[in-house]
Amino acid sequence: MTERTVVVASRVGLHARPAMLFTQAVAASGVPVTIARSGGAPVDASSILFVMSLGVPHGEEVTLAADGPQADRVLDELVELLATDLDAEPSGDATQAGS
Amino acid sequence: MTTAQPGPPGVLQGVGVGRLAVVGPVACVRPAPALPPDAPLLVDGEPAGPEQVHEVVERAFTEVAAALREQSAGATGTVRDVLAATAQMADDAALRSQVLARVDAGEPPVGAIDAVVQMFAGMFEQAGGYLAERVTDLRSVRDRVVARAMGLPDPGVPHLERPSVVVARDLAPADTAALDLTHVLAIVTELGGPTGHTAIIAGQLGLPCVVRVAGVTDLEDGTVVAVDAAAGTVLPHPDDAVRDAYERRRTAQAALAEDTSPGATSDGHAVALLANIGTAADAERVGAGAEGVGLFRTEVLFLERVQAPTVEEQADAYAAALRAAGGRKVVVRTLDAGADKPLAFATFPDEENPALGVRGYRLVRSHPELLDTQLAALVRAQAATGATPWVMAPMIATPDEARAFAQRARAAGVATVGVMVEVPAAALRAADILAEVDFVSIGTNDLAQYTMATDRLRGELADLLDVWQPAVLDLVAATARAGRATRKPVGVCGESAADPLMALVLVGLGVTSLSAAPGALPAVRHALRRHTQQRCEEIADAALGARTAPEARAAALALVDADVRATLAL
Repeated sequence: MTERTVVVASRVGLHARPAMLFTQAVAASGVPVTIARSGGAPVDASSILFVMSLGVPHGEEVTLAADGPQADRVLDELVELLATDLDAEPSGDATQAGS
Repeated sequence: MTTAQPGPPGVLQGVGVGRLAVVGPVACVRPAPALPPDAPLLVDGEPAGPEQVHEVVERAFTEVAAALREQSAGATGTVRDVLAATAQMADDAALRSQVLARVDAGEPPVGAIDAVVQMFAGMFEQAGGYLAERVTDLRSVRDRVVARAMGLPDPGVPHLERPSVVVARDLAPADTAALDLTHVLAIVTELGGPTGHTAIIAGQLGLPCVVRVAGVTDLEDGTVVAVDAAAGTVLPHPDDAVRDAYERRRTAQAALAEDTSPGATSDGHAVALLANIGTAADAERVGAGAEGVGLFRTEVLFLERVQAPTVEEQADAYAAALRAAGGRKVVVRTLDAGADKPLAFATFPDEENPALGVRGYRLVRSHPELLDTQLAALVRAQAATGATPWVMAPMIATPDEARAFAQRARAAGVATVGVMVEVPAAALRAADILAEVDFVSIGTNDLAQYTMATDRLRGELADLLDVWQPAVLDLVAATARAGRATRKPVGVCGESAADPLMALVLVGLGVTSLSAAPGALPAVRHALRRHTQQRCEEIADAALGARTAPEARAAALALVDADVRATLAL
């Protein structure tokens, strides 16, 4: 079992768009990954419903875990994703862009 | 559908919003499928075995996710994101595998789907805040999957293939957001009220809208109806004469819209005609028919957020709106949250009576930083664009509140400061309020709600909420009188400014500007141009002299120029 701990950087926490991008990345990796809040039970990280229901706010630590030969590479990629403000991408500014 | 075709029923009566009229086919928004949890899945008339159920339910999830993704791809902005997130819920591996495990164990499909959705909904509700609001999306996935699996028509807003009259029991904001507006001719609902969100959004988009139409959801998909927002009627199967009359009205309305000269009475008394907006995109759509923006509702930037937008983000949004206004006047209203517009980070979830609670300007008591950040952002936008917006606070009740707001706003660098008059106390003491600020703007929707002690969201009380209620007119008159005495501007930015007849009354009372949905301005401009200021004052006196709301409206109407009555179908 490989584990990584990372602080969620997105301003809105692990909700909405950030949760969507994260769970899509997990599913695309093809490796079963779990995510847990500190002291909480791990849940399937590819499920947007489970990930959203964790309710992780901005600035809180989560622990990712996976098994197998790909685990290190996949977890490193996912850690990098969570350490980015996923809500700051251009399409998040729809209100101002006037679309 | 196979039900027998009923004979053509007569005119259905409701409450109209706006003045427009249109003829088109009905597109029904379907309610959630009402099925018992143990409803059997039938294949060729026989109850299906677990293997068949497994296959059907799995396919239903896949098809629902695909349909949502397709809808999302065709949408823009917030709607696109909401639909994409909903599609991902339908695609969720955990949701699907848990439902299928129950189905494999022999549970009937509806019960299996409901049990798993309920588990996730419970987790969302327990987390509260933003997640609790997402339960609506989760339930809409449930409704779609159940309908698809059981062979029923898709619930929710239909995909419109031709211009249609959208008919619903009621429309949630999410339903309205999912509408393909290029194909919506009109919106008709069985519930809702004339100042509810559907009505306001319809006004914003310039769509005819009729609410509280009993029996309208009994109409079959595709039935051609004539919708008249001015009369509040829906007529099924209109004949050629009716169609021709509607077409003539549409042509007359279009001709009115070509006149973009400044608002004034026939004897040249100027009345600024302004537009209500919620976003910079709205500001871009405001055409030459408006002399500026009389109400910029800034809360749109804050809704559906977990945290308040930063000063930079707000400054960018405000600057975009100021630039779109292109040097015309812009009146910005500071955050009006609370009551029917809750915010995750500012409102008190346990208020028993939120319309009378900590809302609007009152948030300064618990969250002063929200107002200060907003004022700082407005001043930055002012510096970035060279525009000088007027800034006003909502829900002011006392002169001291007006003074405190004015001091904060002026200290931040706002040049022209005002407050909304929505609370009867502020209307009664308007002279004292005006002594503290540069202008006031009357919000007639809330003023009627508070004067008549009638919840804006209770459609069945629409008669009490009527802005023609003489008590409400008295308070508007008191405010306008104070404006004349102090020589300060008194605007009206509620929906009553959109009614050309009421506009004549308001101008007669001394109101100096009218702000409404842009689509309403041509009719208001036309009505003003055909009456003198003195005639408007006589119309106002007639309305004030009436005993009831219908009598006030009738008394005003009796003095209106006959040509104007005919052209505007008053």
